[in-house]
Amino acid sequence: MEYLTVHSPILIVAVPLLAAFITPLISRIGNKFRDTVNVSLLSFVTFLIVILTIDIYANGTRVYTLGASVPELALPENYMVPVRIMFQVDGISIFMGLTTTVVALAALVYSLQFVKNETGQDRFYSLFMLLYVGMIGLEFTGDMFNLFVFLEILSIAGAGLASYRVNMADAVEGGFKYIIISAVSALFVLFAIGILYSEYNLLSIAALAHSMQFTTLDLIALALLAIAFVMKLAGVPLHMWAPDTYAVAPAGITPMIYTSSAASMYALYRVTFTLYGGHFDTTAIGWVVIILGVLSMFIGVMMAIHQTDIKRLMAYHAISQSGYMLLGVGVGLAVLTDPVALANYGRDAMNGGIFHIINNALYKGMLFLTAEAIFFRIGTRDLNKMGGLGHNMKWTTIFFIIGALAISGIPPFNGFASKLLIYESVFRFNPLLSIIAMFVSLVTLASFTKVFYSAFTGPEMPAFKEVREVPRSMLIGMGIMVACIIFFSIFPGLVVDTIVAPATDALIDQASYINGVMGAVP
Amino acid sequence: MSVLTYGYAVWSPIVWLVVLLVLAAIVLYVRSRGQKRYKKGTAQTDIFISGIQVPPAEQRHVPAHNIYWGFFEALKGFYNTMMRPHTGIINDYILWLVAVMVVTVLVLVMVI
Amino acid sequence: MMQYIPYNIPFIAVALLMGVALFIILFKRNLIKIIMGIAILGAGVNLFLVTLGYRAGGVAPIYTVAPEGVMVLPVPQALTLTNIVITVSVIALMLTMVMFTYRHMGDIDAKKSRLLRG
Repeated sequence: MEYLTVHSPILIVAVPLLAAFITPLISRIGNKFRDTVNVSLLSFVTFLIVILTIDIYANGTRVYTLGASVPELALPENYMVPVRIMFQVDGISIFMGLTTTVVALAALVYSLQFVKNETGQDRFYSLFMLLYVGMIGLEFTGDMFNLFVFLEILSIAGAGLASYRVNMADAVEGGFKYIIISAVSALFVLFAIGILYSEYNLLSIAALAHSMQFTTLDLIALALLAIAFVMKLAGVPLHMWAPDTYAVAPAGITPMIYTSSAASMYALYRVTFTLYGGHFDTTAIGWVVIILGVLSMFIGVMMAIHQTDIKRLMAYHAISQSGYMLLGVGVGLAVLTDPVALANYGRDAMNGGIFHIINNALYKGMLFLTAEAIFFRIGTRDLNKMGGLGHNMKWTTIFFIIGALAISGIPPFNGFASKLLIYESVFRFNPLLSIIAMFVSLVTLASFTKVFYSAFTGPEMPAFKEVREVPRSMLIGMGIMVACIIFFSIFPGLVVDTIVAPATDALIDQASYINGVMGAVP
Repeated sequence: MSVLTYGYAVWSPIVWLVVLLVLAAIVLYVRSRGQKRYKKGTAQTDIFISGIQVPPAEQRHVPAHNIYWGFFEALKGFYNTMMRPHTGIINDYILWLVAVMVVTVLVLVMVI
Repeated sequence: MMQYIPYNIPFIAVALLMGVALFIILFKRNLIKIIMGIAILGAGVNLFLVTLGYRAGGVAPIYTVAPEGVMVLPVPQALTLTNIVITVSVIALMLTMVMFTYRHMGDIDAKKSRLLRG
C-alpha cells in the first residue's frame, strides 16, 4: 500500500499510456476482451487516484521525481535547482485529476455500446486513453515543458477523436479547427516557455516561481501563456471553435474534450496563481480574467438560446458555464494581494469557481451524453425535427431533466450550491457582476426549457414511433454521472470542505508549492 | 455534512428536500380527491379543441425555431451583430487569438 | 551598439519567421497554406529555443573524449527535438484532415469548405 502511494503519480500516467498502446494488440484476441481490459485498467487508475487523494489531503503536496534514487528527492545532490522531470501533485491538481477520472470512466462505459458498430474501434480506444493521459499529465506535471508536451498530447488525441466519424463532412471540419487552434496556441505556450527559460535557465514551475523577477519579458510571457490557455478553454471572444468541435465529436468524446478545456483552465490558474503569484500585484490579470469570464457567460448564453442544433446549443452553454469559473476564480485573483478582502469574500468566490468546475464537468458531460443518445436513436441533431421523444426514451428524459435543472442552478441541485457561493461573494466584490451572473442563469433555464419542450414533450411523432431507449451501457455511463450529481447535491458541505477548500488553499498558498521542491525558502 | 457554510449564510439542501416532499404530499392528496369515473380509451380522453378537428401530431408540436420568437424578434439587432464575428472561418479564429494576446500584453505592460 | 547586432541576428530571424507565419495563418484562405504557416511558426519557435541554448565557448555535453571547456546544459536542444517531433505529427494529422475535407467538399478554401458557423 505504501509502495502504491509513493509511486501512484507515475502509475496514474503510465497505466493509461500502457492501455493506449496495447489496445491495438489485444483487440486481436477479441473486442470483448479489449473492452474488459480497458475498463479494468481505468478502474485501477481510479483506485490509484483515490489512494493519492487520501494521501494528499492527509500529508500535503507529493513530489515524484523521475530518475531520482528516492522519488521525493526533488533536488539532486550538489544542485541548487531541480533539473529532473517531475510530477508535483497538490490539492488543485488532485481535484482536477478526480474530476477527469470520473468523467473518463463514465465516458468510457458509455462509449462501449456507442462505437460497437463503427470501424476503427482500436484507434478509438487508443486515442481515448491518450486523451486521458494528456489531461492527467497536464494536471500533475511539475515543469513547464511537460505542460506543453501533455497539452499537445491532449490536442492531438482530442482532434483525432473529434473527427472520428470521418464519413461526415462536418466532423472533419470540427476536428481540423480544433487541431489548428490547438497547434497555434501550443506554439505560443512554447514560445513563452522559451522566454522564461532564457531569463532563468529553469523549467520547474516551483523553481521559476521562486526566482521570478517580474520584468517586462515576464509579463509578455504571462500574457502569451494566459491567452493561449483561454483559447484552449474557449473563453469569449476566443470561443468560436468550441461549438464546431463539441457539436461533431462522438458521444463520450464531447465530455472528454470539455474536461480537457477544464484542464486548460487548471493550467491558467496554475500559471497565474503559482507561477506569477507571490510578490506581484495580480489585480490587472485578475480583471482580465474577470472580463473574459463575464463576456463568456453573457455572450455564450445569448448565443446558446438562439441555436437549433442541440449539441451546438449545449456547447455554447459549456462556454457560458466556463465564464462562472473564470469569474469566481478571477475575483480571488484580483484580491489575492489584499488579505482582508481575500478572507472576506475572495476565498468563497474561489471555492465557488472551483466547485463549479467539477459540478459542471458532471452535469454538462451528462447533458452532452443525453444529446448524443438522441442522435444515436434518431440520427439528427436538429431540434426542429424532434418531438415527443419522452414517450419512448424515459430514462434519457429523466437524466436530461436532472442535468437541465442542475445547470440552471435550481435548488437543491449542486449547480445551485456553487452558483450561490459565486453570487454572494462576487456581490461583495462588485454587485453588477453578480447581477449579470444571475441573469445568465435565468437565460440558461429558458434555453433548456426550449430544448426540453421541443425534444421530449409534445405528442408522439409518427416518425419516431419505433424509437427505443438507448442500450444499457450508455444508460450506465449516464447513470454514473447522475449518481455523482445527486451525491454532490445532497452533500455540498462535505464536498466543499474535503476536496474544494484544499484546492483553493493550494492555489492561494504559493509558498507551500515552492517549498515542496526547493525546500524551506530562506 | 450536507450543510454548506460560508462567510455570511448557510445552504442546506435537506431543508429544501423536506419542503419539496411536503409540497409533493399535498399535491398528491389534492390529486387523489379528483374525479375517477372517466373511462380510458373512449371519447372521454380524446383531445377536444372547441369542436375543431384535431390536427395530426406533426402539426400540433411547436418546432424549436418558433419558440421565443418574440424574444429574438426584439433582439434582432443584437443577434445580427453577434452573427457577424461568428463566421466559421479558421483564419478569423486565429485573428481573435492574436488580437486578444496583443491587447493583454499592452494592458499588462502599461498597467504594471 | 553595433557589436551586439551579430548576436541578435538569430532573434531577428525568429521575429521574421513568426511574423511571416502569422501573416500566412491570418490572411491565406487555402487550408494547405495555413498548415505551411503553422510549420513555419514551429520552425521559428525551434530556432528561438536553439538560439537560447548557445553559449559562447561551450562544449557539447558528450562525456566520451570531451575537449577541455565548460559543457552546456542540453535542455534547449532536447526541447527543440521534442517540438520537432510534435510539430511533425500535428502537421501529418492536419494534412490527413485536409485530405478528407477535400473529398467531402471538393474544395480546400477555408471560406468555401465550411459547414459549421453561427
